[in-house]
Amino acid sequence: MDILITGILLGGTYTLIAMGLNLQYGVARIMNLANGEMLVAGAFAAFWTYTAGQVSPILSILFVAPLAFLANWIIYRVILMPLIKRAKNQGQLEVDSILATFGMGFAFVGIMIATFGADYFSYDYLGDGVQIIGNTFALNRIVAFFAAVIICAILYAWLYWSRPGTAVRAVAVNPQAAGLVGINVRRVSALAFALGGSLTAVGGSLISTFLTLDASVGVLFTMKALIIVIMGGVGDVRGVIVAALILGLAETAVATLIDPGLTLAAAYFIFILVLLFRPQGLFGKPTS
Amino acid sequence: MKRRTALKLAAASLVAGSLAIGTAQAGDTVKIGAVAPKTGPLAGGSTVTHWPNIHLWVHEVNARGGLKLKDGRKKIELIEYDDQTNPGVHIKAAQRLATQDKVDFIVAPYGTGFNLASAPIYAKHGYPQIAVSAISDKIPELTKRYPGIFFTLGSTTSFASAVSDILSKMRADGKMGGRIAMVNVADAFGIELAETARPIFKKAGFEIVYDKSYPLGTQDLSPIMKGAKASKPDAFVAWSYPPDTFGLTKQAITQNLDVKAFYTAVATCFPAYGKVFGKSIEGNLGAGGVDPTTPAMKAYRKAHMEVTGKPADGWASANTYVSLQVLEQAIEGVGSVDRKAVTQYIKDNTFKTIMGDINFVDQVSHRFWTVGQWQGGEFYGVASKGMPNAKPVILKKGWK
Amino acid sequence: MTSREIRTLVIAVILFGLAALLPFSGNGYFISIGVTIAMYVVLSTSWALFSGPTHYISLATAAFYGLGTMIVATGIETVPYVVLLLISAVAGALMAALVGLATLRLSGVYFVIFTLGLAEMIRQLVSWLQNNLGGSRGLYVLTDLTEDHIYWELLALAAFVFLIGWWIGRSRLGFAMRIIGNDETVAAHCGINTARSKIMLFMVSGMVAALVGALLAPRWTYIEPNIAFSPLLSFEVVIMALLGGTKRLWGPLVGVVPFTILLEVIEANYPSQTILVLGIAFLLIVYLVPHGVVGRLEQSFAKFRRGGN
Repeated sequence: MDILITGILLGGTYTLIAMGLNLQYGVARIMNLANGEMLVAGAFAAFWTYTAGQVSPILSILFVAPLAFLANWIIYRVILMPLIKRAKNQGQLEVDSILATFGMGFAFVGIMIATFGADYFSYDYLGDGVQIIGNTFALNRIVAFFAAVIICAILYAWLYWSRPGTAVRAVAVNPQAAGLVGINVRRVSALAFALGGSLTAVGGSLISTFLTLDASVGVLFTMKALIIVIMGGVGDVRGVIVAALILGLAETAVATLIDPGLTLAAAYFIFILVLLFRPQGLFGKPTS
Repeated sequence: MKRRTALKLAAASLVAGSLAIGTAQAGDTVKIGAVAPKTGPLAGGSTVTHWPNIHLWVHEVNARGGLKLKDGRKKIELIEYDDQTNPGVHIKAAQRLATQDKVDFIVAPYGTGFNLASAPIYAKHGYPQIAVSAISDKIPELTKRYPGIFFTLGSTTSFASAVSDILSKMRADGKMGGRIAMVNVADAFGIELAETARPIFKKAGFEIVYDKSYPLGTQDLSPIMKGAKASKPDAFVAWSYPPDTFGLTKQAITQNLDVKAFYTAVATCFPAYGKVFGKSIEGNLGAGGVDPTTPAMKAYRKAHMEVTGKPADGWASANTYVSLQVLEQAIEGVGSVDRKAVTQYIKDNTFKTIMGDINFVDQVSHRFWTVGQWQGGEFYGVASKGMPNAKPVILKKGWK
Repeated sequence: MTSREIRTLVIAVILFGLAALLPFSGNGYFISIGVTIAMYVVLSTSWALFSGPTHYISLATAAFYGLGTMIVATGIETVPYVVLLLISAVAGALMAALVGLATLRLSGVYFVIFTLGLAEMIRQLVSWLQNNLGGSRGLYVLTDLTEDHIYWELLALAAFVFLIGWWIGRSRLGFAMRIIGNDETVAAHCGINTARSKIMLFMVSGMVAALVGALLAPRWTYIEPNIAFSPLLSFEVVIMALLGGTKRLWGPLVGVVPFTILLEVIEANYPSQTILVLGIAFLLIVYLVPHGVVGRLEQSFAKFRRGGN
């Protein structure tokens, strides 16, 4: 029971991060290895506003989100556009974007170290325990979980019940066909990329309330987000939610029952199973 | 930060593929090099205890007019490099200091691994290496190998036994039972300490009811704390690194872990630890310690705050500064930058430092704090080797 | 052998001979740079052996390298060093085979993602094993090997890698790889077992990287798993190989030397901003020299020839 709740709480926050990467990779077709750095930047912002101005991390989302949206829009237009224009096919774009975003990740780490220093940052926000069915859980985790759920619900509604959302899904399924029915694919891709970056940064703000981070920790989150996205199926929102919950549960179960030192190994184990048996993702249809 | 144009020229000529570089000149300064992490996993620690003290020391010596040598006072010129917490980069940088910058002395690196990786270079060029942040159980073997290496923080055994002694005394006084929950970070430091501590605890008659490791960089430590809590320990001991020291404490507060003694290793003494957790960490034990009441220590802490803008921590800050004081007094005692003579001087003499008199027996100093405790918002030394004025240990009474 | 091949061989032998003289300069700084260059040459050449023809970007170098280092560290007190080197090579090849079996039948993206976190996972497993079985064994590597010895060992390994690369280029495997690189479907229709060919090459690459890790272990004296498995290494290797170009066997070499010197200049002059400058240099390489220095050279060479005729 304890494992179940802790796992779901953890999975909730993973969902948010993975959703960001999913938009970037599934729609904009950019495999963004600097995703984790964006998360750390969001965490830094929350940390900074909390320690300097006593602004609650939940409130700081209100300005982290638009800022990150803008930053990612600029990144897409300025840094990634030349690569997209240069690429002759999807394969080359994949290679180029992996390399470019990796370099970008390093530059981000450098910038963050220059501005905030390399110290660990951690603050105490809603650290009190809450009793749920006889077990104690940190309040900040629960708050972060519900914030993630609300954001995901809004995103889901937007994707499925609005015109721009439908366009985003259309590009995710087939960019060429989307272009044919009058969708401006590049605009939609830029929108999806910026939105994805914004989601990731918000995820970072939420995570900073209960994890200790430093400037160079981003790659770990990139890794987890990638595993979730592949597991859930690229571009598939429901798949990502389920995959994130599975990962959260698996990590918690392994950490509690076997050894906390093997959480990543557990994530990998699941990843291998998916690759071997359902490489198209949990809910994807096999491509023939 | 002060880069010499000569060095830039050297770099430029290196690009050109030229082998003929040399900036050797008998200047009016004493050149001192420093390599330590400014980025990477260890940067979080070195920017608290290592770099600020180097800057403070250079600032103070230069404010006094420089090092007093036979041919007059000479200011210190500091050349610093970032090793990115990467031993390969570190070795290159140390070699660069020794052969390209031709520095007169090098401040010992930060971290056990780096001190040992660069020890052959120091030995080859005859630099004295007063290792501060290095804890090892192979000290006799290492000092035999490297005649210029000095250890100031003691061995893993002394750290583990100090914790065991404190817990034993609490048990003997009837204040707690004999159940210990022990966790460690699965990295060299944590593995070595846990390995040393296991037999020591058992010999002292303790029962280790929970014994787990977690990898460096684990963000979610709640399963660990839940597991530890479920084992109903009387004392909690973690051989931890900075991020997990914070993480474990956070979790302990959340879970309201009910123990009589709560020990986390590195970074418990960091000022940030006290700032983040405030009153809830009253009674927490940690590696290190300091006696903040002596006039010398008070003056040092004030200067540290004024010059670097950061508070000194409750352990390695002072030790780092002491190692630089030893170096300074040895250079002035010899009166020149003759490295061999300075190394010998360190072996033969006693030094007056902010931690009292320090001398080296077989290249090891036997005066250091081993365990400290947060009491009333200040981190005090409660157990030591050879340090006077240890505060009595208090019981951990909840987290509120 | 054709006369051209003999000429190349002679030049290569002379260059290796010259490189082997470096330690006699007695300058520790140059030797330590030499060790770094030799290490990256071996790693990125062996990386390009696999990734060049297949276009699969492997980010697993650090995993193999760390594995080799940890094997030496664990066994050094009980097993002769040479035996440990052999064990490392075999372990590296085995691990590559396992990873290859799991991922190389799928598209390249899965492979990239899988290798991205591999080093981290192996580190967790190794630390866990060490913590639960080995104790403090496997931390100290106290040997009498100096940087000079390590340099020579790496140089010999480099020669070995170049020979293997040359041999693969002439063999059926190399021919198969070129077809796979051009069009995997065509290759499969020609009756080439594409997965097996890729796995074999990946095993060579993994074996060499593990050996490099094993050879360098004595350089660090004290082995910390989080440093042995530094993810940065994987990326440095990739970028150096790409900078040079992966189409020619000697392409990575052309990338490693300038990049190492560039890094050296950055580290010496911008000690506080190394990572930032590194990231920007990385971006510039991706944007300005997408086909590597060698590709650039060949382009301009071809243009020059066309202009001349």
